[in-house]
Amino acid sequence: MITFWILAVLLIASAVFVVTAKKPVYSVVGLLANFLALAATYLELQAEFLAVIQIVVYSGAILILFVFVIALLSSGVKPFEVGPDRAPRIAVPAILFGALVLAGIAATVVGANTAALRGAAGVTGDANAFGSVADFGAALFTTNLLPFEVTALLLMVAVVGVVLIAGDEGPAGIIRRRKRRPIEREPIVKRERAVR
Amino acid sequence: MIVAPENYVALSAVLFTIGVVGVIARRNPLIMLMSIELLFNAANLALVTYARAWVNNVGHIFAFLVITVAAAEAAIGLAIVAVAFRNLPHVDVDDAAVLKG
Repeated sequence: MITFWILAVLLIASAVFVVTAKKPVYSVVGLLANFLALAATYLELQAEFLAVIQIVVYSGAILILFVFVIALLSSGVKPFEVGPDRAPRIAVPAILFGALVLAGIAATVVGANTAALRGAAGVTGDANAFGSVADFGAALFTTNLLPFEVTALLLMVAVVGVVLIAGDEGPAGIIRRRKRRPIEREPIVKRERAVR
Repeated sequence: MIVAPENYVALSAVLFTIGVVGVIARRNPLIMLMSIELLFNAANLALVTYARAWVNNVGHIFAFLVITVAAAEAAIGLAIVAVAFRNLPHVDVDDAAVLKG
């Protein structure tokens, strides 16, 4: 019980920090805390495999991607500029809309039939218990094999899309080539040679 | 002592709301993408909670698929951000108002 409340406070505080942080790098750190707390929450809910995946995929891969893009965008002469801050003006409508969303979710959930937590399905760490790697893997590779295969297709499409968007043949390359054109260094070199 | 699933669902709803406010209020595309990750995570928390409540691991499978989709979304979104904000003065979604190369 006490673990839940500690984790809940951690999750909400880090999420608020992600949203309110001034710089994206601070948000990444908040997001890291959020992901770790969420992984612990998954362990509380006997989803061992998901807890590990949460740390490996989210904290290990996605967050590093964010850090790399932040580094890439600030890799120019000076750190990238954030436009004028519109947060104060939009904060009130955004929070109102958020309250509306929260009310909608609450109305849906209260109307739904929530089962009480059934008795412990097994000790966490037990080889064949609910939520263990064996249990998860058996379900993933037998009854849910098709969604798993579709996931592979989705990831491939994502890779092709990223290469097309950010690669040299896509818009990124076009921008780079357009920027390169006006810089003509040839006359400068010739002049230097003439001086010599 | 076992925590009732309603608590976890409520926590998930609160996290989802914080993410929604982040997507609406922030204009920095990187923070907006991070808020979208918060939304994914809130949905995952609800899925895992219900999987535990009904001792049925289909919820885990679905959460796993959501994580995959989130990874693909982050990769494509960040690629678009990296390309789009190379030659704009600010990293601000309001600057990217024209659909022109």
